[in-house]
Amino acid sequence: MTGSRRAVWREAAVVESIPSTSRSRVLRLQAPGWPGSLPGQHVDVRLTAEDGYQAVRSYSLGLAGDGESIELGVAEVPDGEVSPYLVHDIAPGDALEVLGPLGGYFVWHEDDPSPVQLIAGGSGIVPLRAMARARVAAATSQPFRLLVSVKTPEDAIYREDLEVLGADGGVDLTWAYTRAAPEGWKGRAGRVTAEILDAAVWPVAEDPLIFVCGPTGFVEFVARTLVARGHPAGRIKTERFGGA
Amino acid sequence: MAVFSRGFGERRRESDPRLPPGQYLTEDFPVLSAGPTPDIDTGEWRFTIRTETGDDTTWTWDELQALPIEDIDTDIHCVTRWTKLGTSWRGVSLDTLFEGIDTSVEYAMAHSYGGYTTNIPLEDLLGGQAWIAFEFDGEPLDPEHGGPARLLVPHLYFWKSAKWLRALVLTEHDDPGFWEQNGYHLHGDPWTEERYW
Repeated sequence: MTGSRRAVWREAAVVESIPSTSRSRVLRLQAPGWPGSLPGQHVDVRLTAEDGYQAVRSYSLGLAGDGESIELGVAEVPDGEVSPYLVHDIAPGDALEVLGPLGGYFVWHEDDPSPVQLIAGGSGIVPLRAMARARVAAATSQPFRLLVSVKTPEDAIYREDLEVLGADGGVDLTWAYTRAAPEGWKGRAGRVTAEILDAAVWPVAEDPLIFVCGPTGFVEFVARTLVARGHPAGRIKTERFGGA
Repeated sequence: MAVFSRGFGERRRESDPRLPPGQYLTEDFPVLSAGPTPDIDTGEWRFTIRTETGDDTTWTWDELQALPIEDIDTDIHCVTRWTKLGTSWRGVSLDTLFEGIDTSVEYAMAHSYGGYTTNIPLEDLLGGQAWIAFEFDGEPLDPEHGGPARLLVPHLYFWKSAKWLRALVLTEHDDPGFWEQNGYHLHGDPWTEERYW
């Protein structure tokens, strides 16, 4: 995967559809000719109705690597047009089209020796999970920390997978819950605070490379707080979704 | 290509002739930035046009505000496929800012506070097509959306409308800016879907 191949629309078939939460799903696709992707990249997905009507949306890839299989983590957008179909309706054997991989900046490169800090809000976990998985696949030893903020444990896409990465995948995993925490959890449910960031994020002296992905308000707060703590703005890469 | 997605299309949106191909309508104003939002004090703010000979013309915030201010009603199109119709802005036309600028080159690189860059041909910046905008919807432009002032080039995909604008550097060649080096098209016309290279 060189990243320099011109992106073209490719036909893809749904191979597996795995419910992740009540409002999100992991879709595995097979796309002949797909050139593979780097961790953090995304893809455009095009759906065509039987009368020719089309709609296109961008989704983050939940798994990077060579080969012709594609993994999407899709969260349902309320009143959405495409995501409800992908989360509730599409099934193995169904067809769609993909264009990508896209984006060359919000990407983790396995030869970068920096410690890595991943910070996710809600479905912002999807590209960060691809990075944590890529570290395992590359068998490299950069230390990774991951802070995941979700409403409740039931809202966490890739929850079990992240627990595995936290247990033996070399990722130092911290959960934060904004609405309701699981029983026996020591913290208090609420929005991520500067104190939570201080406890979970690499100190400035470690010069971490930081990836933040989530809703706009979440990313704004996290990035501003980290800059105020002394992290160089150029070391903080962000992806935001939703209006402001 | 006949690739149909079984059962898709029940929740389809209204089509609209103002919608470029491959775009969908949004009522929100999504934010896309590659890094943290910079804090810029208008007392410290400067905007500079640098010509190919290295001559700088610089405006302070007050000097910008003293220029003729225009109301701009326009649709905006993001390469991530949302389009927002009927947005209203206020700002200063680049035609006004370029009145005293002497140049014979054809391209510009926009530079932002925070380090962002994007390349734009001068022919897309002049002729009533581009502004430095500092108000959105009757309010000072939010930092998240590029305040205190951003470039507004609404006939191109919105990544060309550089947030937190600091300078335009005029150049002989059309060198790629930040997103253009990261997979996006050199020009970015939404009506011909100049999205990716």
